[in-house]
Amino acid sequence: MSEQKAKKKDVTITINEAWCKGCVICVELCPESVLEMRSGKAKVAHLDQCSACMLCELRCPDFAIVVVDNSKVDQSSE
Amino acid sequence: MQEEKNIRVLTGNEACAEGALAAGMRFYAGYPITPSSEVAEVLAVELPKIGGVFIQMEDEIASIGAIIGGSLAGVKSMTATSGPGFSLMQENIGFAAMAEVPCVIVNVMRGGPSTGLPTLPAQGDVMQARWGTHGDHPIIALAPFSVAETFALTVRAFNLSEKYRTPVILLLDEIIGHVNEKVNMPDTTALEIIDRIPPAVAPDKYLPYEHTECGVPPMASFGQGYRFHVTGLAHDETGFPTNSGREIGRLIERLHRKIEQNRDDIVEVDAFMMDDAETALVSFGSTARSARHAVRLAREAGKKVGLLRLKTLWPFADKEIRAYAGQIKNWVVAEMNLGQMAHEVEWALAGAAPVKRLNKVDGDPISPAEILQALPE
Amino acid sequence: MFNYDQYLRLNKFPLIWCSGCGDGIVLKSMLRAIHKLGINKDEMCMVSGIGCSSRLTGYVDFNTLHTTHGRALTFATGIKMANPKLHVVVVTGDGDATAIGGNHYIHAARRNIDITVILFNNFIYGMTGGQVSPTTPKGKRASTAPYGNFENAFNISGLAQAAGASYVARATVYNAVQLEKYIQRAIEKKGFSLVEVLSPCPTAYGRRNREGTPVDMILHQKENSIPVSKAESMTPEELEGKIITGVLVDTERPECRTEYQRLIDHLKEEK
Ligand SMILES: Cc1ncc(C[n+]2csc(CCOP(=O)(O)OP(=O)(O)O)c2C)c(N)n1
Ligand code: SF4
Ligand code: SF4
Ligand code: SF4
Repeated sequence: MSEQKAKKKDVTITINEAWCKGCVICVELCPESVLEMRSGKAKVAHLDQCSACMLCELRCPDFAIVVVDNSKVDQSSE
Repeated sequence: MQEEKNIRVLTGNEACAEGALAAGMRFYAGYPITPSSEVAEVLAVELPKIGGVFIQMEDEIASIGAIIGGSLAGVKSMTATSGPGFSLMQENIGFAAMAEVPCVIVNVMRGGPSTGLPTLPAQGDVMQARWGTHGDHPIIALAPFSVAETFALTVRAFNLSEKYRTPVILLLDEIIGHVNEKVNMPDTTALEIIDRIPPAVAPDKYLPYEHTECGVPPMASFGQGYRFHVTGLAHDETGFPTNSGREIGRLIERLHRKIEQNRDDIVEVDAFMMDDAETALVSFGSTARSARHAVRLAREAGKKVGLLRLKTLWPFADKEIRAYAGQIKNWVVAEMNLGQMAHEVEWALAGAAPVKRLNKVDGDPISPAEILQALPE
Repeated sequence: MFNYDQYLRLNKFPLIWCSGCGDGIVLKSMLRAIHKLGINKDEMCMVSGIGCSSRLTGYVDFNTLHTTHGRALTFATGIKMANPKLHVVVVTGDGDATAIGGNHYIHAARRNIDITVILFNNFIYGMTGGQVSPTTPKGKRASTAPYGNFENAFNISGLAQAAGASYVARATVYNAVQLEKYIQRAIEKKGFSLVEVLSPCPTAYGRRNREGTPVDMILHQKENSIPVSKAESMTPEELEGKIITGVLVDTERPECRTEYQRLIDHLKEEK
């Protein structure tokens, strides 16, 4: 598991490599080009560009990518 | 104390419906077919009166699917059909055996194959009851010979089904289904009713397919907090699919063991005038009525004839038959098919004595006279 | 960020599905919808047939039942009739629901029994390796339609609508937010509800029909989706090859189990 913290927005993106099947959906459909592929797995490349739109998490079929917008964590209803 | 009698005149199909209600059946799903429809018709009237559910499904595949669902939801469930419908049910009977879902399937046998003889009796589904669904699977099948016994064996079918978490097939035939007889209705509050064993552990410890000593795992119902998984795929003790040869082997072994090691509890045979018999008839269902009559007539003529009447068809009463191997010089198996049960009798006796077959498949019942004629001199 | 874990059997992961298979996106949308409805896990019962999509039931922490091919709705009907307190959701594929299970599908809709069907339409038999399905579009290839499908395809939402469903919606995995909303509404609906989801199968369908990568297939959904409101004013020619998305039916009709309960209550009063 790789975890990175964003510099500008306070976002944490976690990619579970054991579950990632390298389908590239998150990488290609990310509007901010935050992600890239490395050795068949998705990787966070430009965390500072992440807008926390959650699209990658929404569309990852394998539950392998989790985006946490730390500014929102406290008021979330989980 | 004067015993109060509650005498009713019922057909076998009606007695079957009454027996099911007495056993606690509260969900029926079925599709109409002669000669079984009266079972459904009685239950369509009675079930809603007592808070139970009757539903006519779009076909027999749907009917058995629905009763497996009903049973998993915790309600004793049943369907009734005849040959063509029984054929359609086979895949899901296998599901019930594999997923160990108690349910009762009534097959009021008629002549086959195919649409065959819708209104005439036959006993041609004996082997289908045993081997109709694919793969090695255990099964229990019962066959009553009178209206009163239809009531009793329907209750027993539910009891065995719940006790062993297995589908049970009740084989009636057109004669038993439609004949009117007086029945001394048992006091339903005094009947022995067996329910599935509920889990004794907390949900996180529950193994829905546990390899218990008796072979039967406790059974939770959907909605009780156990949140288990049920599949027709080969599975391990947790109920989830497995590819492990060891786990698959253990599952199939246990499915058979739970029936085999309890076969003495399941197999019932009625020995009629067998004590000093030299010739034995073997029969079941409506044919056994003629056989009993034939035994009486033969006795009047001074012949030492007895009848072994099989109330349980599967597992087969091999041990009970073999017990007479030294005593009986001639065996006659009478059945309305081309020798499906005779085959098993021959196998059980392994050549100990000659086995004669008396078979008929023209829709006409086997008469006592025909049986008498078949007896050796 | 949504905590899916609370609804998952994590020890069964990773998912069995191929890389880029749309089914996982549908699963996530289902879990978000169920969470929004606040349904107790013990009261949720998920029933599936046989096929890739039907393997879903093994991964979710509900009462789950993986049945026989095409028959999920029959088992589900029994569960709902026997215990109406349970929320019953059926997970099924296009072949499962409309080929082998077609009869059960129309009859469950006709009864308007309170069951929600999530139908994963990938236009193909995924599990068995890409044979033609009743929803394979005309001309498309399958292992058993090697020269292109010469048969007409079912409109499976239309089928449910005609048979009497209370709620019918069609969505894509591209628009997973909309999908989630429809699933939520469908489960809420008292009566037979269907959400037909177009879920790409890159392995058995996409490759054979040169539809490109999973991403291409998802973008194809984006480019060809037409909201039902807009589709109404378009000609059949204009709609050729388009995906009409949106809520197709949302109505109130008497529900099967409720009607039966009325009968039970009525008979009780008569006594
Ligand atoms: C009675 C029966 N016939 C055939 C099969 C083989 N079979 C398994 S899945 C399947 C088709 C699945 O296609 P679909 O329902 O579209 O689901 P998908 O795999 O595409 O999700 C078939 C034909 C079976 N399991 N049972
Ligand atoms: S949250 Fe949005 S911007 Fe951030 S990585 Fe995911 S898709 Fe890209
Ligand atoms: S969408 Fe999920 S599975 Fe696909 S590459 Fe990204 S993280 Fe991996
Ligand atoms: S074969 Fe198709 S439907 Fe099945 S898991 Fe693979 S991509 Fe999904």
